[in-house]
Amino acid sequence: MEIFEAISAKFNFWIYIIIMMIGLYAMIAKNNLIKKLIGMSIFQTAIILFYVSIGVKDGASIPILYHDQVHPEHHDESHGDHSAHSPSTDGHDSHAAEDRYLPELVVDGNDFANPLPHVLMLTAIVVGVSTLGVGLAVTQKVYREYGSIEESEILEMIKSGK
Amino acid sequence: MSAVSDFPDWGDPNSPANSYRLSQHYVTETIHETSVPNMVTAVLADYRGYDTMFETVVIFTAGIAIIGILRRFGNDDKDAAKPTLYTKKPDLIIDTTCRLMIPIIQLFALYVIAHGHHSPGGGFQGGVIFGASFILLAVSRDLQAAQKWVPEKRILNLAGIGVLIYAGFGLGSLLLGQNFLDYAILHKIMPATPIEARSHSMLGVEIGVAFTVTAIMFSIYSNLASNGSMKEGL
Amino acid sequence: MIEQAPALILLVPFFVSIFVALLGNRFQGICFPLSVLSLIGSVAASVTTLGRVINEGTIRYRLGGWEPPMGIEFRIDALNALVAVAVSGVGLLAAIYSKRAVLAETPDKVSQYYTLFLLLITGLLGMVITGDAFNLYVLLEVSALTSYALIAMGPKRATLAAYKYVIIGTIGASFYLLGVGYLYIKTGSLNMFDIHEQLIARDIFDSPAILVAFIVITVGVWIKMAFFPLHAWLPNSYAYAPTTSSAILGPLMTKVMIYVMIRLTFTVFGSDFAFIQLDWSDIIVWMSVVAILAGSISALAQTDLRKMLSFLIIAEVGYMVGGVWLADDMGLVGSIYHIIADAFMTLCVFLFAGIIFVKTGKRDITALDGLFTKMPLTMVGLLVGAFSLIGIPPTAGFFSKWYLIQGGVASGHWEYVIALLISSLINAVLFFRIIEIAYFGVKPAEGHGHHDSDTHESGPNEASFSMLFPLLATAAALLVIGLYNQDIVAIISSFVSQFNFGVIGI
Repeated sequence: MEIFEAISAKFNFWIYIIIMMIGLYAMIAKNNLIKKLIGMSIFQTAIILFYVSIGVKDGASIPILYHDQVHPEHHDESHGDHSAHSPSTDGHDSHAAEDRYLPELVVDGNDFANPLPHVLMLTAIVVGVSTLGVGLAVTQKVYREYGSIEESEILEMIKSGK
Repeated sequence: MSAVSDFPDWGDPNSPANSYRLSQHYVTETIHETSVPNMVTAVLADYRGYDTMFETVVIFTAGIAIIGILRRFGNDDKDAAKPTLYTKKPDLIIDTTCRLMIPIIQLFALYVIAHGHHSPGGGFQGGVIFGASFILLAVSRDLQAAQKWVPEKRILNLAGIGVLIYAGFGLGSLLLGQNFLDYAILHKIMPATPIEARSHSMLGVEIGVAFTVTAIMFSIYSNLASNGSMKEGL
Repeated sequence: MIEQAPALILLVPFFVSIFVALLGNRFQGICFPLSVLSLIGSVAASVTTLGRVINEGTIRYRLGGWEPPMGIEFRIDALNALVAVAVSGVGLLAAIYSKRAVLAETPDKVSQYYTLFLLLITGLLGMVITGDAFNLYVLLEVSALTSYALIAMGPKRATLAAYKYVIIGTIGASFYLLGVGYLYIKTGSLNMFDIHEQLIARDIFDSPAILVAFIVITVGVWIKMAFFPLHAWLPNSYAYAPTTSSAILGPLMTKVMIYVMIRLTFTVFGSDFAFIQLDWSDIIVWMSVVAILAGSISALAQTDLRKMLSFLIIAEVGYMVGGVWLADDMGLVGSIYHIIADAFMTLCVFLFAGIIFVKTGKRDITALDGLFTKMPLTMVGLLVGAFSLIGIPPTAGFFSKWYLIQGGVASGHWEYVIALLISSLINAVLFFRIIEIAYFGVKPAEGHGHHDSDTHESGPNEASFSMLFPLLATAAALLVIGLYNQDIVAIISSFVSQFNFGVIGI
């Protein structure tokens, strides 16, 4: 049972490893250039999944403050379902007011998920899209030059052509 | 991959990544330091704004790279010889649906861009949606119709201007005597306190990002779809 | 303004690249002068920064004004500053060379070419000066995407080579990203220096996750630098790319990745972890021995000039990886010195190959037939580069090899010393073959192709000034780096001396 628990408690990491291996296999073993690019995309997605799963906290919400917290005076504006999370009672004014926005607001770190992995992965997604785009463009140019996107056929052509 | 056994459990709030002062600082201090409720946007556009600037540059690079690789300028005999498939008038249902959809998509995209630091959204997301509306136009009619709206030159200018808007905020703070991308100093030329200046600058930065992403998304699509000739799409 | 010099190193080429993209289509003539001007600015900024580092020690530059683990910072010490000067200098020389070559090779895409060129240099400089592990990834991708495109803009064979590079380069970068994720999950930080402090504070050096992170990052960086078993993408990419592309990628891409390896090994993981706890230096030095020999021997088999030089790069990468992993002060000094020296000597020989290709339209070494009489100055440039690659005294290559050999002897890795000597001998054979062809000409039986594109008379027919100047400037730089080796080594030592290699050695 212990092994089962060890696996289930960390299932996110196992899943990402499986997906990553699928991607790596496609990149290395496939003969078709487009399939290789699909493998590359899967590979990158696995890493994105890995990062995002780091940021999860039990019982935490998405890392955006609630409207009530930021604008306490509009309390009655139909945000009732979030009000359970609104600032808790431990109100110690720690910092000077003038250089802080809303100095009286206290945010509990455990209420919100870790924003950093999300930010990093936004970057990684963009990078992945760009790489995929450039990869597709290169593939199209390969097709334009050789008339094929099967790697073995192209290598054959190069060998016989030169 | 034996390292998995060493990792923290799923959703553990006490794991090093979640409990270290870095993450805690982002969660608890963002609102005080930047007056932006969406922590993701704040970290993206301010704390790690330099990363995001280069993220925009990555997109921009991809666009230029694809043009560099694929684009064929001038008249290519092969394309000229091909009989055009799109002489027929577009289908009524498709045409009407797209007419209805495209403005709504664009309006929604603007909302996502403008509301990025209060709710989920931001320049990248909004830019992609906006770019998708042009791609929808190109798919439903053909590439020529979409090109009338957004010719290639305008696309490139838009993309470059987007990056320049982002970098311009950085340059502005540099010229005012602070480090690159230190938006707080921009309160001198903005009607806002230093902290609110960060928030306003983030909005500006997001708009720049949106410009670039919109332009490059459509540029990538049209280059890939027409195999670099910019004549006929799918 | 001097306060902002670290940021200006890369901001100047970055801003100009955008302007080139915006205006270049309409006014094609401005691309070249703008690029050169911006790189002059970048060189000036990096030299200023180097001067400040020597006088004041490590410079820290906070982007956005945030405290380091929250925001991103540049942390520039002697190592960064020196490599930044080399990178921007090489970029400038390659840019000057590009004037004719770009017009000849990619005539309808001049503005795109210069935009990508400047963005590539921006990415490389950014990688060199950043102090943030994730930011390094972003800039790695900026430089990777531009280099894919710069290669794929070449002729037919280049596209397939670029495709391979896309796939393999992405694997490398993704491995690096994965390793950073492992570090993040264990330390919660992304700043390189802060990660190191956290590793010490939490005392998790023996955790398997850190070990895996180290392996994954190192393998990722090795893929990117084309360390021997992972080098398959390099030779074809550099051999078939447009000549300006190979003149900039050949010297810089691999060298910057070696810098990244040194930075990550020493700053993030620390020398204690890498050399005492793991104790892999024997294996890796042996791997580098294999890399050196394989690279050199493959180079012997080539008749295509640029392909031969590409295999030499693989051998040189072996030198530097081996030098770092000798776990010896001298070896590390030699490696860092070799980064700079090799950037310039690779530039020198690739510029030579580019000039020959643009002038004669041939990539074979038979194109060199009788060049001593036709292009005497070009050959002088080549001679200095060749002497440096062989390791003949007044040039930079001699001194870097000298330090590397000293390191090898001091740490008792004789196999490394022997490989270095054999490789130098092979370089000598290679270049004397070139010199022989250029001086005495090809034998009549092989002297084909002498007639087709050859309209010039037998008198001197030099390359144009914009091509010749960077070649000769590079040659001069090689001599200067060689002659002032004491000063450069003094700068490097101020970086190296902060690490103790402990009891390793003999």
